Amino acid sequence: MSRKVALYGLLCLLCVPFVFPTWWMVTSSMKPISEIFSESLLPSEWTFSTYSQVFRMQPFGQQYWNSLYIAVIVTAGTMAVAAMAGYAFARIRFPGQNALFVVVLTGLLIPSEVTIVPLFRFFQSLGLTNTHWPLIIVPVLGAPCVLAIFIMRQFFLALPPELEEAARMDGLGRAGIFCRVALPLARPALGAVAIFTFLHSWNLYLEPIVYLSTPDMYTLPQALTQFVDIYGGPMWNVQLAAATMTAVPVLVVFVLAQRQFIEGLAHTGVKG
Amino acid sequence: MTFWTYRRRDNLVGYLFVAPALLGSLAFVLIPLGMVGWYSLNEWNVLGGTFEFIGTENYERLLADEKLRESLVATAWFATGLMVLNLSLALLLAVLLNQKLRGTTLFRTLFFSPVLVSLVAWTLVWQLMLQPEGSVNGLLGLFGADGPNWLRGETTAMVSVVVVQVVKNAGLNMVLFLAALQGVPASLYEAAKIDGAGPWTRFLRITIPLISPTILLTSIITIVGSLQVFAQIAVLTQGGPGTSTTVLIYYLYQQAFQFHHFGYGATISVLLFVIVAALTLLQWRMRRRWVLHES
Repeated sequence: MSRKVALYGLLCLLCVPFVFPTWWMVTSSMKPISEIFSESLLPSEWTFSTYSQVFRMQPFGQQYWNSLYIAVIVTAGTMAVAAMAGYAFARIRFPGQNALFVVVLTGLLIPSEVTIVPLFRFFQSLGLTNTHWPLIIVPVLGAPCVLAIFIMRQFFLALPPELEEAARMDGLGRAGIFCRVALPLARPALGAVAIFTFLHSWNLYLEPIVYLSTPDMYTLPQALTQFVDIYGGPMWNVQLAAATMTAVPVLVVFVLAQRQFIEGLAHTGVKG
Repeated sequence: MTFWTYRRRDNLVGYLFVAPALLGSLAFVLIPLGMVGWYSLNEWNVLGGTFEFIGTENYERLLADEKLRESLVATAWFATGLMVLNLSLALLLAVLLNQKLRGTTLFRTLFFSPVLVSLVAWTLVWQLMLQPEGSVNGLLGLFGADGPNWLRGETTAMVSVVVVQVVKNAGLNMVLFLAALQGVPASLYEAAKIDGAGPWTRFLRITIPLISPTILLTSIITIVGSLQVFAQIAVLTQGGPGTSTTVLIYYLYQQAFQFHHFGYGATISVLLFVIVAALTLLQWRMRRRWVLHES
């Protein structure tokens, strides 16, 4: 019994740094500015004026949309590219396969920051800086996709071949087997890939500040740092309101779907 | 017998399926990497519009660069601190949550939640909490301690960026550890108990070896990830005070995009690549030597 109490005590204590920042972000965004440094856990009076201020200071709705649509396209694109490549590397035998896999895997060794200078020049020469193209194309086809390919390959390697044999007997071609048999079975791995990819795109910071230069093109992470007064000092409570609007929807989706989330992640960890 | 046998069609589908990934790797990874190598042999000032071949001069500059040495020291502290703290905290949390206890799902959710909070939002909140009059010092004040100005002292700034990053991501490794712990057969613990092994011995002799593949995986992810930590540094400390938190990636950003020395920036990129590649290969080799159950 006392062991249980001790365990709960320890867990609650360890929880503080994990939970307090989010709690504090949400509540302080509704505090008057004078209370921003007070330790009170709740505002003495609730104000929502910071939230309208967010939209007055930045094209925040547009920026929100930018982040959202980029993340959705990148996630869908990565799932498609990674599922196809992962399946082919795991399941189809074709000449040169291993060499090609090694070529793709080198992307794991190269942080995307390493190649940002030539990529910036490349997109600049195409006139695509200050557009969202680099933030979509590079993650879907470049280094960030490689981890997803690896996860999908590991998953398909572990899939029993008998299922596909049966489908082949029924006269299904490769593409048919992939779409109708392999892909539906791969949902846990695809789920994990989707989470990783969405969060990666949603959090991207270096690339947007390198490529984008006007506020209506900004993505959220970049926009969050722009709430400053005329002297360049941060406007804490407005920042917190914007941060809350950025963080809370993702948290809510997670709480609703957390079993699939965590099991999908754990799954890849064991198999990887 | 037609030309398009099953085998031939299979080959074609194989090539078509890997084509996007392969072309992407060429266009956005390998060719740019080659270009980084080429740029690093040139003096390239974007503002001045100059681009000329200078051979190994950038590399000589690299060796003599005092700031780069400081940056490497900061990177080493950051990566080591991050990995040790993150892995031990994640393992501790996983072991605690693996006990038979009501409410572990709730705690798991809470520990995992920072992973999902937008990175810059998370960092901004901590920046505010770490101000001299912020809530971290407020909390310390409750215990009668006088907290420092966290982001303005060299050591405390480094501690701050490490802690902010550890709390953000420990939940991810915790979930991976938890899955691994649940895969350890209970019968092994029973057998060890009968042989008289205490909890600590069981942990060291059974748990650790059996989850070693996961320890390796998480350590690779964490240490390679630590070398790519940019947003936190840019928001919290801008590499300061002095160069105390100027990790390599931030130094690269300063040189290439703030001072517009693309050639020298490329040289630092080459160094970053060599470090990441060496670390990854080293860890793959270690995997052969000490990880159990490697098939």
